[in-house]
Amino acid sequence: MAIRLKQKSVLPGFGLSLGFTVLYLSLIVLIPLSATFLKASSLTWPRFWHIVTAPRAIASYELSFGASAIAAALNLFFGLIVAWVLVRYKFPGKRLFDSMVDLPFALPTAVAGIALTAIYSSNGWIGQYLQPLGIKAAYSRLGVIIALTFTGLPFVVRTVQPVLEDLDKEMEEAAASLGAGRWQTITRVILPAIMPAALTGVTMAFARAVGEYGSVVFISGNMPMKTEITPLLIITKLEQYDYAGATAIAVVMLVVSFTMLLTINLMQAWSGRRMRSSEGSELALSEA
Amino acid sequence: MSKKLSLVLAILLLLSAGLAQAGTVTLLNVSYDPTRELYQDYNSAFAKYWKAKTGNDVQVQQSHGGSSKQARAVIDGLGADVVTLALAYDIDAIAQNAKLLPANWQSRLPNNSSPYTSTIIFLVRKGNPKGIKDWDDLAKPGVSVITPNPKTSGGARWNYLGAWGFALKKSGGDESKAKDFISRLYKNVPVLDSGARGATTTFVERGIGDVLIAWENEVLLGAKDLGKDKFEIVVPSMSILCEPTVSVVDKVVDKKGTRAVAEEYLKYLYSPEGQEIAAKRYYRPRSEAIAKKYASQFPNVKLFTLAEIVGDWQKTQKIHFADGGVFDQVYQPNQ
Repeated sequence: MAIRLKQKSVLPGFGLSLGFTVLYLSLIVLIPLSATFLKASSLTWPRFWHIVTAPRAIASYELSFGASAIAAALNLFFGLIVAWVLVRYKFPGKRLFDSMVDLPFALPTAVAGIALTAIYSSNGWIGQYLQPLGIKAAYSRLGVIIALTFTGLPFVVRTVQPVLEDLDKEMEEAAASLGAGRWQTITRVILPAIMPAALTGVTMAFARAVGEYGSVVFISGNMPMKTEITPLLIITKLEQYDYAGATAIAVVMLVVSFTMLLTINLMQAWSGRRMRSSEGSELALSEA
Repeated sequence: MSKKLSLVLAILLLLSAGLAQAGTVTLLNVSYDPTRELYQDYNSAFAKYWKAKTGNDVQVQQSHGGSSKQARAVIDGLGADVVTLALAYDIDAIAQNAKLLPANWQSRLPNNSSPYTSTIIFLVRKGNPKGIKDWDDLAKPGVSVITPNPKTSGGARWNYLGAWGFALKKSGGDESKAKDFISRLYKNVPVLDSGARGATTTFVERGIGDVLIAWENEVLLGAKDLGKDKFEIVVPSMSILCEPTVSVVDKVVDKKGTRAVAEEYLKYLYSPEGQEIAAKRYYRPRSEAIAKKYASQFPNVKLFTLAEIVGDWQKTQKIHFADGGVFDQVYQPNQ
């Protein structure tokens, strides 16, 4: 096995860098997370099950994962458009817009939460126009989605942007000259090229949204069964010094999140392979 | 630029190290949110007193936040010499979970280790359009009540217990009636903020709700800032005597060698000077002489204690706020 590894890697320093990777991941990710599992394991199985399947916990999972998925989907759609505009067009203030995309990263989430609440509450700038339409933005599930969309905005834009920049315009021209319509060019040429990057962006936006706490607690209203997100439920348990109960819910979140991330990663690898193989066959065709 | 900055930092560090060597004792007082102004005044008064008494300098650092969050920080290793928290339950938690102080800590100082008290009153919008006068008005249909989540906020637990005590006293001790009252009241709450400051923001800045349930000291202190022309204070017929508690954290002071000064720091709270500072910051003093002097600033309200309506904090927590307790039952589906 060791010999094979030596033969395989051409670059030196494999052992050292792998060792560093393992150490780094252990210190920062694995050890803290396994502490969570350890703490949760102080509960008996029926007790654990009782805590994680309480109606209030179930309602919070639905909200947390549901709102995160909607927010990630919104960010996919609008993120692609933003990335497209930023890469393909020249307009005054482009740099400014470009750097604005990163703001949700830099801003403390609590600040974002307070600002969004101020704007979307019934006496806020936008909220006052939504109110007569019967739309309650702040202190509702919609508010949760707004906050999560805000915090996840940069991911799709930033992952898709460099891929779009690398994409040759000639490809589109070639597609047009070979008789593809505009829609065909988009769906058959551009989208397949940027899909893996977009998928990565959506995954990150989703993962970020599931764990988001700071901005949501201000805008959601925090009503049990209605607008209570899972991270808040964990904090609520901690405030009552119920460490084991808090970690039990945390374990559920971890397992679900990890399963979802793994699935998406596998999907990505699969679509990447499919793309490469189709490229290969095209190449073979052109050679023939 | 960054070089300059690091130079400045290095100099500051050296300076502070020099100061620390000059015989100054530093204490860390871990407290809850609305005591900020109180302890600002008190710390400088105590430093003067300690200097006159022993000739030594003492510098007290403050940390503020939600009461149980602060307790958790101490449990997790924040080196607090003294804790001054919103309720005894939070200091109990430090004693139980981290064993940093003995279980009987509350008997070590007069008045159950609670040097000053407060109560719970209401803030309504100008002109009191919903005509709110007492607790039972809060449970009426169409009234929107702002109070934080008692599971995450110490102040909110006092709010809840004020309502519970009122219902219990009014019905002659009928617990099922009190439960029904609590359930109707909390169905009128549109937003459960996680802390008292958040609830105040929701009520004042966002314009949500007809009435805010809040600490008396917060309302009286903030009356000027909040705008007298927009809000009115409503004092219910009766309310709960809130007893914020203080304690030395034994394991920390013994390790740091600060026990003498830390104990004196808390004892001085009971002195006429300490009581007067508390009264000036709208906490009700324990000393009768000082209470008489400041009587005009505190509204007249009949006060009941937690012991009268439930018992001690352990029991209160178990019955009302633990998972599945009375508060949770309000939100259980199919009810």
